[in-house]
Amino acid sequence: MLDTDAEELEIRDFIRTLKARHGYDFAQYAPASFKRRLRALRVRSGAASIAALSRRVTDEPAFLRQVLAGLSVPVSEMFRDPWVFETLRREVLPILASYPRIHIWQAGCAHGEEVYSLAILLQEEGLYDKSQIFATDLNDVALEEAAEGIYPASNARLFSENYQRAGGRHSLSDYFHARYERIKFDESLKRNVTFASHNLSTDGVFAEVQLILCRNVLIYFNDTLQNRVLQLFRDSLVHKGFLCLGSKETLAHTTVERDFDTFDQSARLYRRHALR
Amino acid sequence: MRSAKTAAPRVVVIGASVGGLEALKQVLGALPADYPWPVIVLLHTSAGYRGTRLDTLLAQRCALPVREAEARRPLEAGVVHIAPAGYHLLVEQDLRFSLSVDEKVSYVRPSADVLFESLAEAVGVGAVGVILTGANDDGAAGLAAIRARGGLAIVQDPEEAQAPQMPQAALRMAGADQVLSLEAIGARLAALPGESA
Ligand SMILES: C[S@@+](CC[C@H](N)C(=O)[O-])C[C@H]1O[C@@H](n2cnc3c(N)ncnc32)[C@H](O)[C@@H]1O
Repeated sequence: MLDTDAEELEIRDFIRTLKARHGYDFAQYAPASFKRRLRALRVRSGAASIAALSRRVTDEPAFLRQVLAGLSVPVSEMFRDPWVFETLRREVLPILASYPRIHIWQAGCAHGEEVYSLAILLQEEGLYDKSQIFATDLNDVALEEAAEGIYPASNARLFSENYQRAGGRHSLSDYFHARYERIKFDESLKRNVTFASHNLSTDGVFAEVQLILCRNVLIYFNDTLQNRVLQLFRDSLVHKGFLCLGSKETLAHTTVERDFDTFDQSARLYRRHALR
Repeated sequence: MRSAKTAAPRVVVIGASVGGLEALKQVLGALPADYPWPVIVLLHTSAGYRGTRLDTLLAQRCALPVREAEARRPLEAGVVHIAPAGYHLLVEQDLRFSLSVDEKVSYVRPSADVLFESLAEAVGVGAVGVILTGANDDGAAGLAAIRARGGLAIVQDPEEAQAPQMPQAALRMAGADQVLSLEAIGARLAALPGESA
């Protein structure tokens, strides 16, 4: 038997262990990139093999946090794909403004880069006070960092450029303090944000919202899980609510394709049909 | 289990960076309209074609349809699939693409190392890896993975490459079955399917 086949079996066993012990199911993730992350986690945690990782997951419950942090990909940036945020500002927020309360779900929020981006948009459009953002992720370590709102200062330039290209009305530096190679966003930006652990693979609807932002998360899922999550989004949206996906994600070939209209193709903005 | 060499699906993968656009036009221009294998092309965005879409630029010079690779969609014979900017592109065992925004590898995303390694794992001896001009080391580890599984490795002659570093790194780390000029690479890729039929 080839080494690679042995590794394949160890990976399958790892996925089974994680599911049986802790209820996290990674069997429905796209295997090639999952395997890369699992190998990197093995190296980082000093395990001799993936089988050894599985044993650690079994013997050491506290290890789970680290495993989930290693297997998820909290890589993000503020105002990533600026035209998307520009479109949200110009086309979507004016529609949301007509609601007495605005509820937004940001699913897969990583370190919160998009949460603060949204908060700034809402603030600048005068809508923040009546808004509530639910920011969720399955990675608790990332969620804690998201709530801190602290980023390496080396990101400031990219974030600022993106912000300007997204139609920013001020200077991004008005919203953060720079200190020791770090920037920290104003506490006030998260006064209407709830950070919570939510696993898209297993958890259900928890709120009715007018906008869901879930970008660069579905690319990691297989067809089955993607469809499950999209149905969850559909069921969480008010009629005529908005769904915003990542720039390489689409509703084409999914089971909810017919439940949505395309609102803006280049921003990957979809709108749930009204009841009929 | 894939055992016989002939049973493995064949896929051509090409990685390039600085100087890559011109090089790709030449190589892809040599492939006939009835090319029987899927072709995957990865050009680093730092190679400076930003502004115009790479698929449009390459389609002008290529008899095959050129399309951006999409997550979960299958590799198609006779199609040139382009890695989208900003995402890693991977090939799954079931010969579908997937995308990720995982950390950069070898300082780049998309990374040829990631793509080549995934293809090596997916098709083993069926992989044909090509490294062209570029000013970094990306692709060297990926080409080594292709060779380790019995796939074919072709590297552009560094003497001829606009930027020799990427072919040199590949030769140092992976070696190659053939070191060729761009012109010869095009001809070689065009001839390969006939030889393995
Ligand atoms: C690449 S980040 C996307 C960040 C941000 N939305 C963006 O586009 O910049 C993907 C995030 O999805 C989260 N994620 C992955 N699987 C998840 C799941 N089953 N449930 C909830 N979040 C998940 C990861 O923890 C990670 O933070």
